[in-house]
Amino acid sequence: MSGTNSRLRALRAWFDDRVGILGEMERLGKKKRVPLHRHTIWYYLGGMTLFLFIVQVVTGVLLLFYYRPNAEGAYESIQFLMTDVHFGWLVRSIHHWAANLMIFTLFIHMFSVLLLRAYRAPREMTWFTGVVLLALGLTLGFTGYLLPWNELSYFATTVGTRIVGVVPWVGQFLLGVLRGGNDVTGATLTRFYALHTAVLPALVFLVLGLHVYLVQRHGMSVPPEVESEEKPPRSIPFLPDFALRDLVGWLAALAVLAALAAYFPAELGKKADPFASAPVGIKPEWYFMFMFQTLKYLPAYILGFEGEAVGILGFGLAGLLLFLVPVLDRPSVRGQRTRLFVWLGIAMIVYIVTLTIIGYAVSPKG
Amino acid sequence: MSVRALVACFALALAAAPAGTAPGLAQGTQDAAPPRGDTIANAADTTGAASADTTGGAGAAQPEESCVSCHRSLDSERFSAPAKAFHNDIHASKGFGCVACHGGDDKDSGFGAMDPAKGFIGIPSRRDIPELCGRCHSDAQFMKRFNPSLRVDQVAEYRTSVHGRRLAAGDTLVATCADCHHIHSIRPPSDPKSNVYPVHVSQTCGRCHADADYMKPYGIPTDQLQKYEKSVHWATLSQKGDLSAPTCNDCHGSHGATPPGVSSVVNVCGQCHAVQAGRFEASFHSEIFSMIGAPGCVTCHGNHEIHAPTDAFLGVGDSAVCGRCHTADSKGAQVATGERSLIDSLADRMQVADSILGRAADAGMEVSQAQANLGNARNALIQARAAIHSFSVDSVRAKIDPGLEVADQSATRGRDALQELQVRRLGLAVSAALILLVIVMLVLKIHRAGRPTRPGEGKQRGNGGEGSHGR
Amino acid sequence: MDGEEVRQAHGPRDGSQRDGASRREVVNWILGLGAGGVAAAVFYPIVRYIVPPEEAQSAANSVALSVKPEDVKSNSGQIFKFGNKPAILIRTPTGDLRAFTAVCTHLGCIVEYRADLSQIWCPCHNGHYNLQGINVSGPPPKPLTEYVVNVQGDRIVVSRGQAG
Repeated sequence: MSGTNSRLRALRAWFDDRVGILGEMERLGKKKRVPLHRHTIWYYLGGMTLFLFIVQVVTGVLLLFYYRPNAEGAYESIQFLMTDVHFGWLVRSIHHWAANLMIFTLFIHMFSVLLLRAYRAPREMTWFTGVVLLALGLTLGFTGYLLPWNELSYFATTVGTRIVGVVPWVGQFLLGVLRGGNDVTGATLTRFYALHTAVLPALVFLVLGLHVYLVQRHGMSVPPEVESEEKPPRSIPFLPDFALRDLVGWLAALAVLAALAAYFPAELGKKADPFASAPVGIKPEWYFMFMFQTLKYLPAYILGFEGEAVGILGFGLAGLLLFLVPVLDRPSVRGQRTRLFVWLGIAMIVYIVTLTIIGYAVSPKG
Repeated sequence: MSVRALVACFALALAAAPAGTAPGLAQGTQDAAPPRGDTIANAADTTGAASADTTGGAGAAQPEESCVSCHRSLDSERFSAPAKAFHNDIHASKGFGCVACHGGDDKDSGFGAMDPAKGFIGIPSRRDIPELCGRCHSDAQFMKRFNPSLRVDQVAEYRTSVHGRRLAAGDTLVATCADCHHIHSIRPPSDPKSNVYPVHVSQTCGRCHADADYMKPYGIPTDQLQKYEKSVHWATLSQKGDLSAPTCNDCHGSHGATPPGVSSVVNVCGQCHAVQAGRFEASFHSEIFSMIGAPGCVTCHGNHEIHAPTDAFLGVGDSAVCGRCHTADSKGAQVATGERSLIDSLADRMQVADSILGRAADAGMEVSQAQANLGNARNALIQARAAIHSFSVDSVRAKIDPGLEVADQSATRGRDALQELQVRRLGLAVSAALILLVIVMLVLKIHRAGRPTRPGEGKQRGNGGEGSHGR
Repeated sequence: MDGEEVRQAHGPRDGSQRDGASRREVVNWILGLGAGGVAAAVFYPIVRYIVPPEEAQSAANSVALSVKPEDVKSNSGQIFKFGNKPAILIRTPTGDLRAFTAVCTHLGCIVEYRADLSQIWCPCHNGHYNLQGINVSGPPPKPLTEYVVNVQGDRIVVSRGQAG
């Protein structure tokens, strides 16, 4: 065993002499320290999201082996994948569940950062890239949902893209670009396919790279409450202590994914039929539910504008404000103790959770 | 309706033709040979011009029709309603005007338009209506110019019907063409607004036949409509919208409403239920039924109130129809129960297969192929249910056996899928156990790896606010 | 994975260095075994996934039949599986190969070919379709959907789409 170890070490030394990247990473990893305090748990969520993203890339690439991106064959190819391909059900189900979990951890990660005010200087850029990643994640979810070309996804996409159409002035143009025509058709499918498998992942890689670099550059943020305590917090090195703890979380996530895939495999439903009437209880994916539900409550016209248009612009504005939080939260930047943005964040969470619950409780089951 | 028409006829005859109704009507009947030059030529030139020209010309002439312009503005609805309704009529759309049926001159804007000398007949007598319609509708040459696929035997058929025979005998209460097809808004049967659109036929017939007072002189039942509306045929027609499902005229004839004889009803049912009828015809029941004068299908299935047959019909139990004649220990009862148990066995096995596949599908397994295959078993079951009409256990078994095979295959596929689900879960358990093992070992390792240090204890400051890494 | 040497400085909690070292050996050994198992659990499905399944992925909208063109007798028909729905392949008395869905448009029974009539026939309610799949008598409300039949060498390929 030690013989193998020494040979491996020699191989690594040889590699490091020429590339040097592993040694550099190890040096950085050992140098980097993760503070331990009562909020340390939130530090794991970024890594968890990253792990789930990697799972998405791997399973996504595997799905490409059998998927056929056209309206005539998409559904059938998934059906083939689910029945005839060995472990096809597993790959697709894991892709399905990891996507949902990733969005979930993304939200938790973002809100923890918001509530702990980890966006303070010099970490504004980390926040900006994070919000962009959230938007990219949601868009990935939206585009991926259509790809199986089943009844539910077809109509959910029809409804979802229609909402874009109500944006004043440019709505119809955007709708056409998004759908690749006036309606959701095979053209929409190829468009979403290109976005989902090429454009969006490439953007995620870029922004994610920057995000991770910035985390590495600035280290872990310590919440102001902890910072102001008398004793500065204890810390552990990132490598190996924190990385091992991360690994535990990742493995647990893997086990959960496998269990979800085995007990609740991704469903396929009926093939989309553009000429059929929409089935009852069309619902978006759960992470769009709060927006969907909000739009339902808006009156038809607000101050002479279409209610839905106001709603969309409202969400756009909310997104922009969320993006600009590091700039807006001046008191925190100046080091003053203010909990305004904490309360705003909590209000946002309560709003999202409440409307999501209402959305599932009120509308009839699909 | 018909009484009103008679009164109106009389009134108009008095008003417009003081000389009496006879000449006008006589002329109408004498000239019944199609098409009458002076009236119909206005609408459709018989001299050989292309029909498109003539209909177009007549259509263009229509706004000038004096009949419509006068009658529309008359206060009495009796006089104005036809003028207002006629634009919906298929004849109007083909270019025919009032004079095509009523005679007279639609160019004359005065009372001269209704001059019997110009062929005006006013309201045709009910007895003459079939002849009036038949002037054109019985003329194959003429009809070809408008609708080549339309039959031209309606009037001939009508004369053979009870309605037609009674009318000929002077009973003007019976239905004539206009009573079913409407008077001035005649629409083709394919038009959903038509009285004779399949969905509306039963109401149309029922207007008279479900009216106990109206039908009193004839002494026939009036519950047919009520019964029919409880039947599977009406449910199929009205709820499923299947226009091929039978309504009154599909069994009783559209124009040749022949009273149903025993053998003819069997023939009618067999038009659609061919397999059942064929097997019945070949069976000994057919012979025995005709010997004792019992109608074929109707004996077991009823006539107007035909419910969807269930398997419970078969056998000698409470709702079983065989038991009405056969005692429980007879040979007939044995055959019935034998057939019933075969059919039940397939239905049960299909049920089993369906529930297994359903469970597999609910668990997320893809079994749509097996579910589709189960359709073959359903096919066999339907054929077996048809085969009972030969009243032989063997012929039923010949249909049941392949169905059983398919049902069992489907059930096996379902069980395999459930088995596969167990394998998946076993695989999951193994993987989860491995992951758990690694996690436990990692936790052990983490535990014995270093304890956290405070700034000053370690080499690095842990102040996260100011990163010291990567610079 | 090679952090353990570094972390030795902090050492195990019990005093015995040698016991600790051997326990660490055991932990590492089990850890390696477990990690190998997990890796196998991850990579085995992936490898199996990439290896193409026995039944090749059919072109989504077509199916190659196992029957050879010369084995389909004139004036005969047979049911085959198209997607997961039954379809019927017929050879007309004049020698043409045609394919239709075998699901009757009336109540969904599976139709069959009647050589005596040279028609497609539904046994449930005596529905007849002609050799173009058009409902000619009985209750069926609509024609059968026609598929395109192509003969490629000794294979018959049936596909969805514009039937010609």
